Order: sequence, then structure tokens, then C-alpha cells
Amino acid sequence: MGIKVVEIKEDILSRNNIGAKKIREDLKAKKVFYLNVMSSPGSGKTTLLIQLVNYLKKDFSVGVIEADIDSQVDAAALAQATGVKTIQMHTGNACHITCQMSEEALAALGTDGLDIVILENIGNLVCPAEFDTGANENLVLLSVPEGDDKPLKYPLMFEVATVVAITKTDVAEVFDFSYERAVSNIHMRNKDVPVFILSAKEGGGVKELAEYIKEKAQRVKEGAV
Amino acid sequence: MHELGIVMHVVKSVEDVAKQNSVQKVVKLRMEVGEVSSVVPELFEDCFAWAKKRTEFLTDCELELIIIQGISYCKDCQNTYPTTEYAKKCPHCGSINTYLVTGNEINIKDIEAI
Repeated sequence: MGIKVVEIKEDILSRNNIGAKKIREDLKAKKVFYLNVMSSPGSGKTTLLIQLVNYLKKDFSVGVIEADIDSQVDAAALAQATGVKTIQMHTGNACHITCQMSEEALAALGTDGLDIVILENIGNLVCPAEFDTGANENLVLLSVPEGDDKPLKYPLMFEVATVVAITKTDVAEVFDFSYERAVSNIHMRNKDVPVFILSAKEGGGVKELAEYIKEKAQRVKEGAV
Repeated sequence: MHELGIVMHVVKSVEDVAKQNSVQKVVKLRMEVGEVSSVVPELFEDCFAWAKKRTEFLTDCELELIIIQGISYCKDCQNTYPTTEYAKKCPHCGSINTYLVTGNEINIKDIEAI
């Protein structure tokens, strides 16, 4: 029996992108704004989200998906501090969220009646950047202890960001961190991306970021985008 | 280390194709992997060697990775250049107004089966 060649031509990333596009369309029809939050582990995603959600929930109905390799600690902390609907997704050994996982998580959370869904992605600056989750916006965090050169080391993450937050400014004194260098490095990767400088612990700057998200969510709610 | 996740996805896709085409076994799998994609070829090969033993059609399958060079395009001077050497900054004019044209691929190209 001879050898037969079967063309497959499957583009792994574009398959994910097609799925992500479908999620975006479904959520648009339901007028739900979907925010994907990405950063290194320990840069303060959960702490910032607690603050953000407490601002956003005054005007919007918010739901949160926490994604981690294991444990419930993030979902428990967030649910307790904000009181909004929260689910914990376990990714096992996967280091990123694919659009399929994103779709399953949205279904498990239930988006009916929600205006905003926030996905706290797995703490990782590499793989999550490659996989579109179907979110409207990608919020990328860069914490002061990580250093102002992070955008140079992990370019793709800062390229896919639609908004960046520099977090943990309350510890800036201890670190040799230059906001000017950080912003310039971010803009070298992503020319026009808005950058917010804040401390989720002390509260400075969080309101401005919350207002930015509220404005984006409001447009989706009104069916403008 | 997300190569394993991608390998598992690829293996499943190829097994499905093998079934649909009623083949006995797949002897070769060709994939295109971009130089600046998040796939590290050596890790991908190791993961594939592990994963293929647990399949129905791919146990004797050879993996061929075709590496696609990373090429960036400069919007300011309209030239292209190799991405891995110069990254975001155009070597022709120094602009960072550049984007990746090729090199981000992770494609299953084709299979040889009997």
C-alpha cells in the first residue's frame, strides 16, 4: 500500500482566534463587556481587582472568573471582599486560557444580567499573550518590584495590551524603578496604549483606571461597540 | 512550558484526520513553526515523542518541524528585516513603527499515512 499525503493546513492560533471572535460577537449581542487581566504571578491582580470591582459594582453588574493552576484562594478572597458573582477555574497543567476554556468559564459563570465580566488570567507573561480569550480589552499589569525593563523582556504581552497598569507604587522607594523608563519601554512595544500608575493597597490611581473601564463598559452596554 | 498543551491539541487533530481518511497509520507529520512563535522546537519534539506513544495512529509517526523565519516590516521606510536579529527596531531607519509579517506560525501542514 502506498503512502498517501493528507493536507491539513490547520493554523492552531487562527483556530483560537476564530473561537475568540465568536465569543466577542456573542457577548456583544448580550451587551456584556469582557475584560482579560494578565500579568506575572504576584503583581497584584487580585488586590487590584477587588478595588476595581468595588468601584464598578456601584454602576454595573459584575462577574469574575478566576483562573489558576489550582486552589480557590483568589475566588474566595474576591467574593468575600466584593460580594459579586465569582467562579474559580482550574487549568490543571495548562499555563494559559484558550478561547475554549474562556467560553466554558463564561457559560459556567452565567452572563445573563451581567454588564461586565472580568477574567483574571493565569499569572504568566508568556503564553496568555498568544491566545485571544475573546475579551474586549486586555489589561496588563506591571508591578514596581518586577522592574521597568519588563516590557523589553516580554514584548508580546505588552503588544497585545489595550491598557497597562503600573502597580505597587507604594513600594517604589525600595526599588530602583523609573516610571519614565517603564512608560517609554511600554510605548516602544505599543505606541498609544494608555498607562495608569497606581497603588491598589493605598488606593491612589485606582479610580482613574476604574473610570476608564467604566467608560468602555458603558459603550458596550449602550450597544455602541 | 505550554508545548505539551499544543502537542496534545495537534495529536488529537491528526488522530481525527486519520480516522476520517480511514488510514492505518500516520508515518509523518509536517508542521510549520515560526521562529518567534511561542513553540520551542526541542521541547515540542520531546513532548511529541511522549504523546505519540499514547495514540492510536501516530505511534510510529516521525515529526518534521519546518522553521519559518521571523520577518518584520517597517511602516516608515517600507523595508523588511530579520526579526530575531533586530527585534522591534528597524535596522534600516531606526523606527519602531514595525510589525511582524511572518514567524508567528504554529501550523499543521500535512501528514503522510499508509
